Amino acid sequence: MNNDKLEEILNRYPPSREHLIAILQEVQEAEGFLSREAIVRIAARLKLATGKIYGVATFYNQFRFQSSGKYHIQLCRGTACHVKGSSAALDCLERELGIHPGETSADGLFSLEVTPCLGACGLAPVMSVNGEIHSCVDEIKIKTILTALRSSAAAGGDEL
Amino acid sequence: MNSIPLDLKQVLLSVLTHDGIKQEVTGKAREYAELLKHRGTAHPVIRVGAATCGLSAGAGKTLAKLRELLPKTFPDAEVVETGCIGLCAEEPIADLQLPGRTRVVFRKVTADKVEALLDSVLKKQELPADSLLGQIRDDTALPWEKVPFLNDIPFFRKQTRRVLCNCGILDPGSIEEYLAYGGYRAFARSLHTMTPLEICDEVERSGLRGRGGAGFPTGTKWKTALSQPSDQKYMICNADEGDPGAFMDRALMESDPHRLIEGLAIAAYAIGASRAYIYVRAEYKLAIRRLTDALAQARAYGLLGENILDSGFDLKILLKKGAGAFVCGEETALINSMEGKRGTPRPRPPYPAVKGLFGKPSVINNVETLANLPGLILNGDEWFRSIGTEGSRGTKVFALSGKIVNTGLIEVKMGTTLRDIIFDIGGGVPNRKKFKAVQIGGPSGGCIPAELLDLPIDYETLRDAGAIMGSGGLVAMDETTCMVDMTKFFLDFVQNESCGKCIPCREGTRHLREILEQITHGRKQESGNDALIRFKSVIELRNLAQVIKETSLCGLGQTAPNPVLSTLRWFRDEYEAHIFERRCPAGVCRELIRYEIAEDRCRGCTVCATQCPAKAITGTPRHPYRIDGSLCTGCGRCRKVCKFNAVVLTQGEDRV
Repeated sequence: MNNDKLEEILNRYPPSREHLIAILQEVQEAEGFLSREAIVRIAARLKLATGKIYGVATFYNQFRFQSSGKYHIQLCRGTACHVKGSSAALDCLERELGIHPGETSADGLFSLEVTPCLGACGLAPVMSVNGEIHSCVDEIKIKTILTALRSSAAAGGDEL
Repeated sequence: MNSIPLDLKQVLLSVLTHDGIKQEVTGKAREYAELLKHRGTAHPVIRVGAATCGLSAGAGKTLAKLRELLPKTFPDAEVVETGCIGLCAEEPIADLQLPGRTRVVFRKVTADKVEALLDSVLKKQELPADSLLGQIRDDTALPWEKVPFLNDIPFFRKQTRRVLCNCGILDPGSIEEYLAYGGYRAFARSLHTMTPLEICDEVERSGLRGRGGAGFPTGTKWKTALSQPSDQKYMICNADEGDPGAFMDRALMESDPHRLIEGLAIAAYAIGASRAYIYVRAEYKLAIRRLTDALAQARAYGLLGENILDSGFDLKILLKKGAGAFVCGEETALINSMEGKRGTPRPRPPYPAVKGLFGKPSVINNVETLANLPGLILNGDEWFRSIGTEGSRGTKVFALSGKIVNTGLIEVKMGTTLRDIIFDIGGGVPNRKKFKAVQIGGPSGGCIPAELLDLPIDYETLRDAGAIMGSGGLVAMDETTCMVDMTKFFLDFVQNESCGKCIPCREGTRHLREILEQITHGRKQESGNDALIRFKSVIELRNLAQVIKETSLCGLGQTAPNPVLSTLRWFRDEYEAHIFERRCPAGVCRELIRYEIAEDRCRGCTVCATQCPAKAITGTPRHPYRIDGSLCTGCGRCRKVCKFNAVVLTQGEDRV
């Protein structure tokens, strides 16, 4: 991560522990994940042991320690989505992408994550791609979305 | 509005002053309020529900289309983003208001339908019947003939919308509109005419109980904090809605953020806190944006900050983003998380109201609890108490989802029966399937079977039925939902979210899950004395659940076995079918079911073979195909794609 950027984030917060989670969130937002170097620098600034920072960061679902793919796919595994068949959707994603939740595909294009609930239960099952929510996904819809993403990546586009 | 009057802010604030609060809103203030509610009088207004559920159904594209079309065709029309009216199943929802007429609500207004809709309503003044939902009651506008009022249609008729009254109606990005609908009057009244103790008393008398799950009387909690001598106290809003299947708080924050802020401000004043926090899930990006904007507006209007409305009361509200841990819904875990630590619960007492955030007295209330306050203070405790049941007063917001026609957000009186909620409001189960159960209270709650549909819902009846009120997620299930699989799902969830501090919760739920895993496994994977262990452990299921309940520290552990206990109680036959007959009545547990192709019906069209992810289907085109049981994963895809209903589901595992 760019040192200036990290410095800028650290300077925005007083060096006390209550801001730790907010700092981690901002760093992850900027970098896409929490790198070792970033954690060491945060620890030095807050005068905490590196282990404490890892202790906090690994506790929460939000933090990642691996860079995510160009398209970060979050599949909701909440109750409503489960009842409406999100396990089949997960199977399909795993099969199509060749990765398991928490992993990034070898070409760096996709990363997959399951999340407890995206809060759009009325339109279950839902998944989000880089924050954009797709409702009522089934195998066919997932395949269409993935094909669209792959072709837009091949064309060099950033968006869907 | 066409043009903003220069004295708008001043007039709107005049009804919140010490004198203004004592009289009815009249004169110029009333005139401006009416103008704001209709966004002026001269031009058509198109409002689109743009909360997360609407956006994921395509409201963003509808808005883009409107913004592209309107300048060309109807340049004077205005497009406004509103919140969620609650009917998720019909999103994207838009309403159109012609000058002087009531607002007419349309369903499923996707981008491709925008042009036709604008054309028929704005140009021809005709309402297309196929997408019409109803009109919003409004005494100051001319109603449409032969159009039902929204609160007369089945989804709304049995609801009592007190907390959700503004959701989907006003523009969540405008404090002026909230003020026009009587916003911040309750806060101003508390500041000018009531002492903190009087507010605590009023809330206690009203019978308001925490809407986050446990149902602790709110007024009592406040009084404890108020009576603590301390230089600093904290008021915290718990908006870390982690319950899978619940989205009430998200919808409320996105659709009416000022109501939450007002409630939080009243609560802070009542316990004497000069600093308040909203702890909101980081996943709720839109809610965070709306709240951030709303807080800035409230500060600009002098409704937050120092010496609010000349009362001498100071209040600062800060947003804290939760990092995704279900256990942080527990108040002591939430406090640890806010202090930058791992979100593990602390032993109570001391209760947070005595020693909470940074060691200071702190009160933690749920979003819905706080959103109840403006109405309560404005109308008094008598009004609040007038509906509900003996021990549970007021209304409750529920999020309806799962196998139900009208998924969405509803608010009903306490004591409404499940039948009214599922069948009248929710429209029943789709595809003519049979209703089986409703899951209430999320992973801490339980399943209520169809036999108990006439149960009036309140805190006590639900507890007696083995569930809890929880935060209000209602997930309906039909005959194709397997209760054992459902329980396994919840245990998976609890297992992931258990913080690991207490052994009963950490290891006990793992063991519960293993037992269920064995029940749903096919025999071909069993070896040695696995079968014996399976029978033995089933007997242990209830005991183990009891131990976890009694020996865990926090609410998560204490309620974690509820899904097991409630399904064991009401759906014992399903467990028995899995254990003794090795079949899954709902046809869900993959290792206990088998798919076969009926030779007489199969035309050999090859569709199933090409679609099978496991390549388990073989055959020659135009001749009956076969499924190889050793390769089949039981996903059921073949059954879905077959046009001739040739794929049949058989119970019983495949013999090895």
